[in-house]
Amino acid sequence: MGKDIREDIAWAQINKDVLKSLESPRKLYWVILLVAIAMVGVAVGCEIYQYNVGLGVGNFDNPNVWGLYIATFIFWIGMSHSGTLLSAILHLMHADWRKPIYRFAEAMTTFSLMTAGLFVMVHLGRLWQVYYALPYPSERWVWPNFQSPLLWDAMAIFTYLSSSVLFLYIGSIPDLAICRDNIHQGWRKKLYTLLALGWEGTDRQWRNFRVTYLTIACFLIPLAVSVHSIVASDFAMSQQPGWHITSFPPYFVAGALYSGCAAIITLFIILRYVFRFEEYMTLPILKKTVRLTFAIAMVWTYLNCVEFAATWYSHDVAAKAVLIEKATGRFAPFFWGMIFCGSVLPFVMMVKKWQTNIPVMFAVSLLLNLGMWLERWMIVAPTFSHGYYPWTWDEHMWPSMVQWGIVFGSFGWFTLLFMVFCKIVPSVSMYEVKEMVYHRSLALKKEEQAVKEELAVKGAN
Amino acid sequence: MSVSNLLENWSKFRHTHPVDDKGYPDWEAYPSDIKWAMAIDLDACTGCNACSVACYAENNLPVVGKEKYSHGQAMHWMRIERYWDESAGVGEFGADKGARFLPMMCQQCEAAPCETVCPVGATNHTEDGLNSQIYNRCIGSRYCSANCPYKVRYFNWYNYPEQEKVWPEPLNQQLNPDLTVRTKGVMEKCTFCKQRTYTARNNAKTEGRQVQDSDVQTACQEACPVGAITFGNLHNPESQVAKQWQSQQVDLTKEVQEKDEKEGNRLRGYRILEELRPYPSVMYLERVRESAV
Repeated sequence: MGKDIREDIAWAQINKDVLKSLESPRKLYWVILLVAIAMVGVAVGCEIYQYNVGLGVGNFDNPNVWGLYIATFIFWIGMSHSGTLLSAILHLMHADWRKPIYRFAEAMTTFSLMTAGLFVMVHLGRLWQVYYALPYPSERWVWPNFQSPLLWDAMAIFTYLSSSVLFLYIGSIPDLAICRDNIHQGWRKKLYTLLALGWEGTDRQWRNFRVTYLTIACFLIPLAVSVHSIVASDFAMSQQPGWHITSFPPYFVAGALYSGCAAIITLFIILRYVFRFEEYMTLPILKKTVRLTFAIAMVWTYLNCVEFAATWYSHDVAAKAVLIEKATGRFAPFFWGMIFCGSVLPFVMMVKKWQTNIPVMFAVSLLLNLGMWLERWMIVAPTFSHGYYPWTWDEHMWPSMVQWGIVFGSFGWFTLLFMVFCKIVPSVSMYEVKEMVYHRSLALKKEEQAVKEELAVKGAN
Repeated sequence: MSVSNLLENWSKFRHTHPVDDKGYPDWEAYPSDIKWAMAIDLDACTGCNACSVACYAENNLPVVGKEKYSHGQAMHWMRIERYWDESAGVGEFGADKGARFLPMMCQQCEAAPCETVCPVGATNHTEDGLNSQIYNRCIGSRYCSANCPYKVRYFNWYNYPEQEKVWPEPLNQQLNPDLTVRTKGVMEKCTFCKQRTYTARNNAKTEGRQVQDSDVQTACQEACPVGAITFGNLHNPESQVAKQWQSQQVDLTKEVQEKDEKEGNRLRGYRILEELRPYPSVMYLERVRESAV
């Protein structure tokens, strides 16, 4: 049996190591934070300009009414999916290796949903109007339209966001209590005392905690599938060529898990390096994540082929024209870039040697996510520029720097939220790692016992 | 506010929709005196753009200027599309000569793709068969435009009246007081000049009679020098538009018309993209080719 998490990390050491990540940051942390803030600055500047002048500055026109905002919105929603996959599904499957990495994956879920939410507002132009799309009983008798997939979207995403925040929070209560006990003064002490909800670690508390955690995990899994299926309905339920495709919901879910897993690899490597979590975020865990990502990549590739085949053999002239336009028109570099990053590049992850090669995996995971972003763009944009009949073909409109700036800044916004989170809440789950170490040591003891007994039997003979 | 109350009110608001149950317009289930419709004779159209200009004047459409127009941000509810015969050779393509014209505006579909997708119900079906747009309710998701096969919905990308100053003093004096001026972030489209049709309906109601052709003309119809556009109440068999639809054997509830169904007839009536089954209210009369004469 190979050493996974080192069996000899003492429990107190786990606390010490993880809590250190909440203390004064390294220089690298500040660099990342400053870059993130600068990126957010770019986006805020672009948004202020766009808000004041009008959405027209983003280079939208009559057929091209949706642009990068919707594509990036789908991207961030998709990104949010692996947090749930890692925490909830793998939790139910008793996959031990998820324990050191699920906390930051959950945080990723929450923050990418928050980023996606911003894009809805940016897309509308008049930011506050998002309020009217929310499904709520209202005394004004202005009903949202329950037939619209966009409304289902609003419902699904808000449910998902609130449950994943709850899941993240409940899962970190025992750790927040550890923070409370280890920090003796200042506002942080007060914050942790408040957040830990008087956690004492009694038997009864643990039992209730377990049941609650499991319940929310079970609740989250169907949500994760439904949310992206509903985002897919925005397209699949419409009547436009290239969108009206039955396989879109599973395709979107696969794409979501795919980009999320790739993002987990990226953040895994960053956290491991920035906070010196080498002993917790071990290479075997990376290997398992990479294998999972590869499997999902193949599912995604398959569903992509299904989409192309369905379009090709449907003899729907308009849909076929959009597909051909995607592959040969002005979007061709991006389309083939998506195919390369999404379907060809993952084969790098098949090579055992590279599965644990940090620089290679870092580069690959970033490129996979680039591919997944391109995928979303290639779903949204070509349909607009190549509609049902010739007047609606608009090959000239290109997103302006305002759109690109806001998309660029959203990555900074996500990083900013994530980096701040890592300094407030332990990004590695201390209690789960302890559990894992305990299980491992039990298994080891058992093994030793078995060997001893065997020797004893042999000796007796 | 109980859920049942909520759903009940919602279904009421959706029930003016005649396509609900059968999948095609069912007038027996949703009786209505008026169904506004149009017929456009492509053989008569000369592409003079008078209809488009009249629409700008009637409906307070902002003239966006050269730069925004070339960006595709024009707000013409009524547009003249030009097509050239590819067989005439590439050299001819885009030439001044030989263009075929297609006046295109909102087709006021009975099963409108735009209506179902609006998250806030800002675009609805009216009982006189129109596809309404409620500017105050529109939040600007632009899903309606995304789902429109004709792309006849126009979004206010800028604040034209105030920031862009498209109607500087004293041009604002010529704005039509019968309808609003839209601000940025709102979707708009052809309404079949609803300010005129509603006046006509109200007048007819006051006088206790049915709306007649002489009561109302749309701005585009009024401006068309060759009379290519006919507008009226399809439910009134005496109206010119009903007669035209009848003579061309165009049926609102069908997705393929007689012209295409049977060979060898001399019918010209069809509707654009009707195979998508939006059941549009505008019938086009096919241009008679030189070769066919």
